[in-house]
Amino acid sequence: MALDEARLRQQAIGVRLRQMFDDVVNEDVPDEFLDILRRADSRTGESG
Amino acid sequence: MSAPVTRRPSRPSSDDEGFKRELVRLIPHLRAFARTLCGDPTAADDLAQDAMMKAWDARASFQMGTNMKAWTFMILRNQFYSEKRRSWRQTQLDQEAAERTLVAVDDPEAPVALDELRLGLAMLPAEQREALILVGAGGFAYEEAAEICNCAVGTVKSRVSRARRALHAVLEDGSYDRDGASAGDAMRAILADAERLSTVR
Repeated sequence: MALDEARLRQQAIGVRLRQMFDDVVNEDVPDEFLDILRRADSRTGESG
Repeated sequence: MSAPVTRRPSRPSSDDEGFKRELVRLIPHLRAFARTLCGDPTAADDLAQDAMMKAWDARASFQMGTNMKAWTFMILRNQFYSEKRRSWRQTQLDQEAAERTLVAVDDPEAPVALDELRLGLAMLPAEQREALILVGAGGFAYEEAAEICNCAVGTVKSRVSRARRALHAVLEDGSYDRDGASAGDAMRAILADAERLSTVR
């Protein structure tokens, strides 16, 4: 049935959409991020 | 030992520690959301870093026990749009970046269909794209997506459903239209794939 096929295609799009997003989620986080956070943390220590 | 001596907070708050742990856990998700907004991976990481710092600076205003992922996504999105307002050229740059990204997939073996999906997403209006990403890929409920986008739940629902329909139509055309421009788009993705495979060994 055409309706079922349309639903299947929508599901396939959904799967690929999540795949595209998860590909980035699963990348290693660049060190920069944690470095920045660590620096911010020590800044907090100075002011508080 | 050559490790630099870092100044530590005199009284590390346990709230801060818990907040930071959660924030670190959310970094990959912030990067992914930023990538869908910016297209260009470098600009996206800059945005994600800015959002992470904004969230850290605003940690006192975060209510523990509420959805921190939604809260940080909202910060990132606000940051993205306020930067966009500051620079009138940004829209054009985004467009260029999006087009570059369409042919610059990290995985050389990524299926052509993923390229077509990126292309289809790039063609959607921004508000439809972000709604679809949040609900369809980010795992947010309509209510949470509405909060992140600062709009009504019904608005998110209709944006998501319009985005799904449009994307479906684009992908369908790309595969089946024999004489239109969209068939050329699909062809461009296939050609890009071939080119990528020939440069990667």
